Amino acid sequence: MKGRKRHGWRRVINGVTISTFVIVVLLAAPLYWLIVSSFKTPEAMGVSPPQYFPSPVSGANYSDAFKQYDFGIYFRNSLIVSLVATALVLIFGTLAGYALARTPMRGKFTTMVTLLMISLFPAIALIAPLYLLMRQVGWLNSYQALIIPYTAFNLPFSIWILRNYMLGIPKEMEETGRIDGASPLRTIWSIILPMALPGVFTAAIFCFTACWTEFLMALTFNDVNTYKTIPVGIATFGTPTLTPYGEIFAASVVAVVPIGILVFIFRKFVVSGLTSGAVKG
Amino acid sequence: MATVSMEKLNKVYENGFHAVKDMDLDIQDGEFMVLVGPSGCGKTTALRMVAGLEDITSGELRIGDKRVNEETPKERDIAMVFQNYALYPHMTVRENIGFALKLRKTPKDQLTAKVNEAAEILGLTDWLDRKPGQLSGGQRQRVAMGRAIVRQPSVFLMDEPLSNLDAKLRVQMRAEVARIQRHMAVSTIYVTHDQVEAMTMGDRVTVMRSGVLQQVDTPQHLYDNPDNLFVAAFIGSPAMNLYDGVIGEGARSLKLGSQVVNLPDSVALKRPALPGYAGKDVVAGLRPEHLPAAPPNYDGPKLVGDANLVEALGSELVVHFTIDANRVLAEGAVDKDEAAAVLHGEGVARVAAKTPVKPGDKLTFAVDCEDMQFFDKDTGLAIRG
Repeated sequence: MKGRKRHGWRRVINGVTISTFVIVVLLAAPLYWLIVSSFKTPEAMGVSPPQYFPSPVSGANYSDAFKQYDFGIYFRNSLIVSLVATALVLIFGTLAGYALARTPMRGKFTTMVTLLMISLFPAIALIAPLYLLMRQVGWLNSYQALIIPYTAFNLPFSIWILRNYMLGIPKEMEETGRIDGASPLRTIWSIILPMALPGVFTAAIFCFTACWTEFLMALTFNDVNTYKTIPVGIATFGTPTLTPYGEIFAASVVAVVPIGILVFIFRKFVVSGLTSGAVKG
Repeated sequence: MATVSMEKLNKVYENGFHAVKDMDLDIQDGEFMVLVGPSGCGKTTALRMVAGLEDITSGELRIGDKRVNEETPKERDIAMVFQNYALYPHMTVRENIGFALKLRKTPKDQLTAKVNEAAEILGLTDWLDRKPGQLSGGQRQRVAMGRAIVRQPSVFLMDEPLSNLDAKLRVQMRAEVARIQRHMAVSTIYVTHDQVEAMTMGDRVTVMRSGVLQQVDTPQHLYDNPDNLFVAAFIGSPAMNLYDGVIGEGARSLKLGSQVVNLPDSVALKRPALPGYAGKDVVAGLRPEHLPAAPPNYDGPKLVGDANLVEALGSELVVHFTIDANRVLAEGAVDKDEAAAVLHGEGVARVAAKTPVKPGDKLTFAVDCEDMQFFDKDTGLAIRG
């Protein structure tokens, strides 16, 4: 049985390919429906039998989402919060990852384990104290109310990834840098960082996605319209009597697009970043 | 003036491992000094201490006449070539070579001129805009050298730079490295475990073992006059044949197993301390080329051995033989396969290509006693006087 090569039509139509196809269809179906429905008019939305392709094709949902439902504001807020948090995570994560990978320091293992424990902590348990803290500091309904916690919660994972990547860089690289005369920061910037770029991209993707889709804290801290992020914004699109499905779908499509593009561009790193260090340890 | 002087240099690691013990070594200006020894002998540690990549536990290190124990690698004005080249993979060859100069804020036109000059010396001019990933092993090695020479440092340090190359390329690069070093006239410390590299490249060679310096000498002198058993067995390929033997009265004979080799008077004359060992056990050493096949009717000092294996090299025959004397093994001096042969009592002789001998024959060797080596059985030191 082992090593039997399939020939002819069995190469294309067999158990493996059929199940893969089924799984892909099941996963893609909701996405397809989302995109297709976002271009439907309200009447065509609930029609039976359902339209598998919108007719007529209408962009009204999109313009409404932005004009009537302030989606532009939510998009902007999500962008600011996610980008800043990701930038902070990358800066601190790189430096921390390098320190944990390289410097002769006691308690490195303890630090790594502590970081791991922090990342496993359920955010919901911290919501109440964090809310009180934000209220006391006067940061409710602001960008920093989200940026700071997002940075804190995403740092452990990024530090892990970046540290693993840097462990894979041969020590001679830094030694050569030292001999050439580079200061430690210069070494990190010119030598280590370019070589750890895959790890950096991986950390960036995961962090950005996590911030972009975070709901709990965004809902709790920023409930004023001008500071809502996309997940919260879309959830509060409607009123008790009217649920604007078309606009919700349109907004969701727009929300998914940046993530989709990023993950598509950096798909190699998403896989490799998670498995790097798995062989070397 | 870029001499390097090590005085009682010691390196003890945190876990207590004593890697380098009281090392004294002086390297002259412009000299090519090779540090050679088996793995773990401390040669790389010593090199890294000179580079400033390892802290010096005790002792004095001077470059030029300045004590540099506490100085950073950059301040010591040294350049290093690593075994795996350590090229910056994201930079082009030009940027790799010029990186150190860029860090020193060298003006752009000077930087370009120096990089081009280094590239020309190394034959890399056509490859300046490639990245290391696009180069062959030999080219990468030359880029690593380019990075070192462009700085015009006081000292070159090289840590087994040719180990990653295939045999043929290694031979080629040996000559290249030696040529460049002569051209630059920079003091060089070169670490290798390959004694052929050591012998062919060094002005002087330092043999190390277990952190202790064994002998420093020119290659030929090291070969002809090893100070102890380890150096005798380590230098030379195939290795020297070392046997347990007993010195006769006045050092005029040597008993090896059941055979007695008559020694000419010159042997005792050259080694005044030898007659004092009469009746005692010593270790006698004979290099393979000192055991040519004896012509018929030969009546000089001779040895008869059973030939086990005859290897025809074309220019000569390498005969693996046994006699009934005990062979002596110097720990760590030879590789595993040779060590196994030694423990079986096998010796190696190099005889003329047309000698009529085949496995199973008894072969008589005309022993060349002039360069025979004798070692004290307890201390392992050469018996000279």
